[in-house]
Amino acid sequence: MTSKPLFKVLTPATDAQATIHIWFNDQPLSVPGGRSVAAALLAAGVQRFRATPVSGAPRAPYCMMGACFECLVEIDGMPSRQSCLVTVKDGMRIHSQEGARDLPPSSDMNPLENAHGR
Amino acid sequence: MRGHSVDSPDVLVVGGGLVGTAVAYGLAREGAKVTVLDQGDGGFRASRGNFGLVWVQGKGYGLTPYARWSRSSSRLWPGLAAALLEETGIDVSLKQPGGFHLCFSDEEMAEREKRLSTLQTELGDEYPYQLLDARELRERIPTVGPEVIGASYTPMDGHVNPLKLLRALHEAMQQRGVTLVNGEEIGRIVPETNGFAVHGKKAVWRAPKVVLSAGLGNRALSAQVGLHAPVAPNRGQVLVSERVAPFLHYPTINVRQTDEGSVQFGDSMEEVGYNDFTTADVLSTIARRGVRAFPLLKNVRLVRTWAALRVYSPDGFPIYEQSLQYPGAFVVTCHSGVTLAAAHAMRIAPWIKGGPIPDELAAFRGGRFLAAEHATSHAH
Repeated sequence: MTSKPLFKVLTPATDAQATIHIWFNDQPLSVPGGRSVAAALLAAGVQRFRATPVSGAPRAPYCMMGACFECLVEIDGMPSRQSCLVTVKDGMRIHSQEGARDLPPSSDMNPLENAHGR
Repeated sequence: MRGHSVDSPDVLVVGGGLVGTAVAYGLAREGAKVTVLDQGDGGFRASRGNFGLVWVQGKGYGLTPYARWSRSSSRLWPGLAAALLEETGIDVSLKQPGGFHLCFSDEEMAEREKRLSTLQTELGDEYPYQLLDARELRERIPTVGPEVIGASYTPMDGHVNPLKLLRALHEAMQQRGVTLVNGEEIGRIVPETNGFAVHGKKAVWRAPKVVLSAGLGNRALSAQVGLHAPVAPNRGQVLVSERVAPFLHYPTINVRQTDEGSVQFGDSMEEVGYNDFTTADVLSTIARRGVRAFPLLKNVRLVRTWAALRVYSPDGFPIYEQSLQYPGAFVVTCHSGVTLAAAHAMRIAPWIKGGPIPDELAAFRGGRFLAAEHATSHAH
């Protein structure tokens, strides 16, 4: 699932960048804090972030600035989040985004995502 | 000077959007030698901004031949999609399961009934439709929201992937020998003894016939060859969501799920000149109506918005005409380049090649606007 990172952290660690613990596809990961989920996962050696909805091909972050939508993952139950635009936090549960996101059942329309202030 | 070479084409098509390429592809199928003169990337290009419906329902109210013409094209569409797939390997994702027009009020339902019953009276069995109440609609589309009180449905409607269509037409016509010239700007068209000289930035192009399918550019070009095409821009705004699991298996007039999972919202109409920018108020109105129709989309993310300019005639109907003054010059212009692509390839092209004119076309001459403008000037 993870391999030797292709990226390394350049700046010396500050308190904000201290190592935190998250979950990726139900496996514990130690990652540097104070950065986006995408940057943290890349630093930890994650290379496959999602599978495309059309062909199922594997994808990883490309632009790191919110334009390409290649870095989609599920974060704390919210599907298809742009991981380059979300700051990583201790305890986050992240899953790779497998194809198109599901829609909520028609009877279950809770405003979960808006409550997170997107 | 490429335009003067011995192997000059039989037909010059001005415009390489959905209309021009459908006509050029059809002409190539008929054995004609064709050159398409296309603008550069700065063109307005309605063909890259449209909604992708192959739609019949409700069209032609007030001008029945337009209903017949749209119906004829929707019937020819499976043949076009199959030919494009066979010739290019590109699947344009045509689906014609019928389409719904969702209604939120009794007034809207009454309007649908009036429009569709009038059209059915005029077209007969060729025009099947149903009006569905809330319960009947939910049996067909369980995901509609509580504010939707009913819908009209016709089995005639469908949708395609419009970008794949444009790509497939470009590919197919060139495989059949059509020459495509990109980045050309046409200024003057001069009738000559044996045809037309089309003056571009790159060259002077000559052919016995010229087809004007230049979208909004047709207005200025047609006047030079004795044709009248007073088209003007009509802005439509579109929103598209992230890809979601399949939830909607039919197109509706303003919400559809594409073959690849994204959801498109649209159907606005504004007369704002050559302004193809989006506006927050129109986009939010479209989004709100979309979420009222399908509340499960409430938290779905929008990934892109855009606007495009429809090529709109004063009555909203197409203009198809051969110049009386300069035979061999044709204008082909409409705002439904997707729906009518099959008719353009399979009925307009044979006519331009020299075949009989399709019956419906008598209603679509540009001269109808001259009469109206004349009457208007007298009224004042």
